[in-house]
Amino acid sequence: MSAVLSTPMAVPLPAGGILTGKSWSAVFTAIVVVAVLVPVLNLMTPADSALHLSDYAVQLIAKIMCYAISALAMDLIWGYTGILSLGHGVFFALGGYCMGMYLMRQIGSDGQYRLPMPDFMVFLNWKQFPWTWAVSDSFAAQMLLVVLVPGLLAFVFGFFAFRSRIKGVYFSIITQAMTYAAMLLFFRNETGFGGNNGFTDFKRILGTPIATPSMRMLLFVITGLTLIGFFLLAKWLVTSKFGRVLQAIRDAETRVMFTGYDPLRYKLAIWVISAVMCGIAGALYVPQVGIINPGEMSPAASIEIAIWAAVGGRGTLIGPIIGAFFVNGAKSWFTQAFPEFWLYFLGALFIAVTIFLPQGIIGLVRRKKEGP
Amino acid sequence: MFARALLRYLFPLIALVLTLFALVDSAHALNAAQARSLAVGEVEQRVAALNALLANADDKTVALLQAISDDAVKFTDSALFVMKDGKGFDPVTGAEAKVPEAAEDVINNNEMRNELEAALATTKLFSADDKVRAEAVKTLAGEPDEKKLPLIEKAFAAEAQPAIKEALARLRSAMLLGSTDKAKRLEAAQALAATGTPTTKTLLLDRMKVETEPEVKVALEAALKSIEGRLAWGERAGVVFTGISLGSILLLVALGLAITYGLMGVINMAHGELMMIGAYATYVVQNLFRTYLPGGFDAYILAAIPASFLVAALVGAVLERGVIRWLYGRPLETLLATWGISLMLQQLVRTIFGAQNVPVENPSWLSGGVAVASNLTLPFNRIAIIVFALLVLAGVALMIARTRLGLFVRGVTQNRKMAACMGVNTARIDTYAFALGSGIAGLAGCALSQVGNVGPDLGQGYIVDSFMVVVLGGVGQLAGTVYAAVGLGVLNKLLEGWQGAVLAKIMVLVFIVIFIQKRPQGIFAMKGRSAES
Repeated sequence: MSAVLSTPMAVPLPAGGILTGKSWSAVFTAIVVVAVLVPVLNLMTPADSALHLSDYAVQLIAKIMCYAISALAMDLIWGYTGILSLGHGVFFALGGYCMGMYLMRQIGSDGQYRLPMPDFMVFLNWKQFPWTWAVSDSFAAQMLLVVLVPGLLAFVFGFFAFRSRIKGVYFSIITQAMTYAAMLLFFRNETGFGGNNGFTDFKRILGTPIATPSMRMLLFVITGLTLIGFFLLAKWLVTSKFGRVLQAIRDAETRVMFTGYDPLRYKLAIWVISAVMCGIAGALYVPQVGIINPGEMSPAASIEIAIWAAVGGRGTLIGPIIGAFFVNGAKSWFTQAFPEFWLYFLGALFIAVTIFLPQGIIGLVRRKKEGP
Repeated sequence: MFARALLRYLFPLIALVLTLFALVDSAHALNAAQARSLAVGEVEQRVAALNALLANADDKTVALLQAISDDAVKFTDSALFVMKDGKGFDPVTGAEAKVPEAAEDVINNNEMRNELEAALATTKLFSADDKVRAEAVKTLAGEPDEKKLPLIEKAFAAEAQPAIKEALARLRSAMLLGSTDKAKRLEAAQALAATGTPTTKTLLLDRMKVETEPEVKVALEAALKSIEGRLAWGERAGVVFTGISLGSILLLVALGLAITYGLMGVINMAHGELMMIGAYATYVVQNLFRTYLPGGFDAYILAAIPASFLVAALVGAVLERGVIRWLYGRPLETLLATWGISLMLQQLVRTIFGAQNVPVENPSWLSGGVAVASNLTLPFNRIAIIVFALLVLAGVALMIARTRLGLFVRGVTQNRKMAACMGVNTARIDTYAFALGSGIAGLAGCALSQVGNVGPDLGQGYIVDSFMVVVLGGVGQLAGTVYAAVGLGVLNKLLEGWQGAVLAKIMVLVFIVIFIQKRPQGIFAMKGRSAES
């Protein structure tokens, strides 16, 4: 089972800085679009105008942007370090749950039972909050947890896994086991996170109502800027020496060890960074979509993250973002137009991308550019 | 004159004899009033009448009781009718009587039903047939009722069969437990210590709550302890059996995966769906038998086994030739591609058979179970699956160790390039091995259809478990898969009894991750130069 080099693309080191001038202007345009254009098109144009961006479209794009952040995180560990994780959904979901806990507390006494505890706790006859909810009242503390909880889980899991040099397929399978176990745990009512219903019916965030167009737009802008920010962060990481070592680990780990680097530190570092990115993506996802449940932790959800990265083009950073938009856009369209065919399309996408398009969409574009 | 004397004394004499007969007869014979008291009135009164009549029940009483129990009796203000084939019969005389329109049905509530059942069982206590008597004692043992004690004493005295006598003795003790005489209660408690059924345990527990005499209390506690000890063995054996049963299913599921993974380094994420295909093939065969060969329905499983093997093997071969072969050397991509295939297969089955579960019945010789202890029944279908798994394992081991194909598979697993140099067509071996692995998955699906639900997501429930077995057991040897499968099955069930199903599963997963730290290549690792990579 020797690892034949499947050929992800090398990252060209630009002369100075992390991006070329053309790329910087593209980034700037993206910031303008996200922070200025979309709010204008949604909030300021009248509803019947051709230029109006509907609320539904805004929510869909925001959701896909959160997914794009996860795909970016997946690219960092898979495209650049060669670690395929089939359990990244658990980090996404954990970040989402942390945010969800805060939002549930913000419902206050407006729930079905008119008590200061969330409905599902009243239903379970609990009189006090469990220890996991100790700081759920404070926004700052919960946001810290959004970073700490996925990060800590990733650190512990990654430390033990990488230390015993579990690689390749074995590693992917135990990440799948990890997310499966977490999903089972969160499905139980006794775990204290809403059981199979999860958290929903959010009312407020930081005191302001959550369902208003302005709050929605604010969350959209924050998500967009976070995506762009993470993209720049990732670009900086992979063009640095750290990034070069990561790619070396992907291509020839044993040789890296012989050259004197300890792969454990690098792998663990990127693994935790990637997990935290997913956690933040989850935290941004929940107030916009309005619900979080253990289904987000299912192995199927995690495997989909991998396919977004693969479709877009591994090892390119921009590829997975494109991939996330493409696949989720297709999913949105299929599930409305031809729901029975969505799974056929997705399955065929998995097969086609792995056999015919190992470089993904970006690879296709680059091949076309290079000419026949 | 003699004639006149005769007439003077004969008629009274005859009358006296007849009266005597009538008196003697009425002690046994059912009369109309008694019959009515059984069928009409408050439940308590009916039960009292029942117990009074039971002491000397004749055939007519038994027949009436049976009819009441069967809901075949109607009554009016003046008469009672036993219904048979739509006609009414008088319970006392047996003569046919016209049933008026206004006649109401005799209704029995649950309490009445239980009493009737017990009463009928008591009458059977004196039957000539051993089996009937044994059944009767069993029925009565379910609910020991002190009021029946005199009858039980009578039956005990008259019983010749030692086994039934013992059962009667236990029943007698159970009834005596509630007696007002302290000595009798003590004796009963001590006698019951020798039994080991859950009903006796409940009896003793109930008695403990109301018992006042300290001596009897001590005896009751001692009896409870010995019974609990005996029951605990039943429970432990039950856990071990369920663990082995789960292990045998995991073995079937993981065996195919281990073969393909050991050979090609491919973890087939569509393995669960191949199992599902095998289960659906069983469903189709069942339906075919039901439509075209209803008399031979019980044999459908024997046709389903090769059918599920062949269908799954065929699908696997197509998969290998069509998709997996192009991803040779790229295990991570193969993971994703096979996941895509699994999505498509699931959707395909949903389109053809619908998204709901489909019903697959056990043939009659697989239904039911064997009662090994009072609280342990081993179901036949699970025993059959254990045997089936062992047979499949033996078959595969034989094939790998003794046949040419097995030789080539072993060679390609150990060193692909060298085997190719020796003239083995590795591409063809890949296809055969993948087809074999898929066929075994189909057999697993066939087995699963007998114990679980068959639906499009059948495979998803077993995927993670089968991967864990392969990761734990290591590749290259079947022994690893066997030990890992059985070990995980038993461990899972043991933990389940302790902490519940979900936490047990999580603990097993954590255990595997920790085990892999110490021994990343699994329990049984391949040795040799080519093993590392």
